[in-house]
Amino acid sequence: MKPRHKRFMFILVGIAILGTAVGLVLYALQNNVSLYFTPTQVYNKEAPQGRNFRIGGLVVDGSLKRERDGLTVRFDVTDTLKTMQVNYKGILPDLFKEGKGVVAHGQLQADNTFLADEVLAKHDENYNAAEVVHALELANQAQSGVMATKPVSSGYQIPSTK
Amino acid sequence: MAINWFKYAAPSSFYGLAGKLVPWFAWPAAILFCVGIYIGFFVAPTDAVQSEAYRIIFIHVPASILSMFIYLIMAGYAALGLIFNTRLSSMMATSLAPTGALFAFISLWTGALWGKPMWGAWWVWDARLTSELILLFLYLGFISLQASIEDPRRADRAGALLAIVGSVNVPIIYFSVKWWNTLHQGSTVKLSGTSMHISMQQAMFTMFAALWLYAIAISLLRVRSIILERERNSQWVTEIVEMKQ
Amino acid sequence: MNWLGFFEMKGYAWYIWGSYGVTLLIIMVEILLVVHKRKVVLQQLRLIRDAEIKE
Repeated sequence: MKPRHKRFMFILVGIAILGTAVGLVLYALQNNVSLYFTPTQVYNKEAPQGRNFRIGGLVVDGSLKRERDGLTVRFDVTDTLKTMQVNYKGILPDLFKEGKGVVAHGQLQADNTFLADEVLAKHDENYNAAEVVHALELANQAQSGVMATKPVSSGYQIPSTK
Repeated sequence: MAINWFKYAAPSSFYGLAGKLVPWFAWPAAILFCVGIYIGFFVAPTDAVQSEAYRIIFIHVPASILSMFIYLIMAGYAALGLIFNTRLSSMMATSLAPTGALFAFISLWTGALWGKPMWGAWWVWDARLTSELILLFLYLGFISLQASIEDPRRADRAGALLAIVGSVNVPIIYFSVKWWNTLHQGSTVKLSGTSMHISMQQAMFTMFAALWLYAIAISLLRVRSIILERERNSQWVTEIVEMKQ
Repeated sequence: MNWLGFFEMKGYAWYIWGSYGVTLLIIMVEILLVVHKRKVVLQQLRLIRDAEIKE
C-alpha cells in the first residue's frame, strides 16, 4: 500500500503546487491575458501609450456616423461607465451593430480618440429563433404604432416549429 | 450473478470485452450523428443574430467540450497507471490521446470558420482560443513524448506526468471567458439553464452524445491494437495470432 | 424544398460545409487509420511468429 499512497500524494501535491504557480502567473499577467481594455481602463491610463492595443465594449446607440468618403466611420464605445470615440476606415463585420459588442484594434490618439485599423464584432451567448424575435419586434412596434421592415428571405425556409 | 470486475483490469480479458463493446457504441454513435444533423439543419430555426452561420455550433461545441473531457479522462487513466502500476490504465490513456487531439483540432478549425464571418477574424489570441490551442499542443506533446521513449513503462510514466500537469489547462479553458476580457462569448448553457431555442438544444445535445459514443468506440478499437503489441510475448496473444489466420 | 437555398446557407456555405466536411473527413481518416493499424499489428505479429518457428 505504501508506495501507491506515496505516488498518489506526490501527484496531488504536484498538481496543487502547479495550479498555484499557474494561478499566480496568470494573476500577474492579468491585462496581458485579456484581449482588450475597457474604456474605463483607457481613461485610467492603464492602456499602453504610443502602442497598438485593443479596446472593447458596446457600441453606443445612435453614435454610428459615416464620413462622406463612404468608407470612414465614427462610433462611440462604452462600458456603461466611460465612453470613447473610435474612428475607423474599412469594412465593418456583418454583425457590427449599435447596442452590440465590439472589439477594436488600434492606437490612442492625442485628442483621446481611438484610431482603429481593425474592428471585430463581439456577439453574446444567446441563440433565438429569428422568426420568434421578428414576431416580438412586430408586436412591440404595433404597440408603439411604428411600421416594421420585412426581413429578406432567400427561399430556404425551415418548417416553423414552436 | 456477481461479475468480478477486477478481471477486466487484465489486458487479456479487457481485449475481448473491448472488442464486444465497440459495435454497441459505434452504431448508436452513427445513428445519433444522423439524427443530430437532421435536427440541426431541418428542424432548428435560423438564428436571430447569426443567421445560418450559427449551425457550426452543432459540431464546434460538442467537439470543444469533448476535447477537454477526453483530456481529463486521459490524465485520469494516466494517473491510475502511475499510482497503481497497472499497464492497462496507461494503455487507455495512450489510446485516448489521438482522438482527443483530433477533437481539439476540430474545435479550432470550426471555430475559425465560425469566427471569420461572425467576428470578422479567423483567429485572435484571446484566452479561450489560446488555451484550447495549448490543449492541442499538450495532446501532441503527450503523443510524441510517448512515441519517443523505447521502454513502454517509462513512456507511460513520462506521458502520465505531462498529462497530469497539463490538466491545469482545462479549468483555464473553461473559465477563460469569465476571468478575462475575451472576444469569445460566455457560456450559452449554464447550470441555471439556457434560453436557447429548444430544437437548437436538441441538435447540440444529440451531436454531443454522438461524438462522445464515437470517441468511446474508436478508443476501445485503438486500445486493442495497443494491447496486442505490448502483450505480444504472452500466450494468449500468440493464440489470437494463430486464430486470425 | 429549395435545395439551392439550402446549400447556399444564406451566403455562409463555405464556412458551414467547410466545417462539417473537414469534420467528417477527419472522422473517416481516424477510423481508417485505426482499422489499418490493427491489420498491420496482426501482420507483424504473424511475421514474428513465423520467424520464431523457423528457428
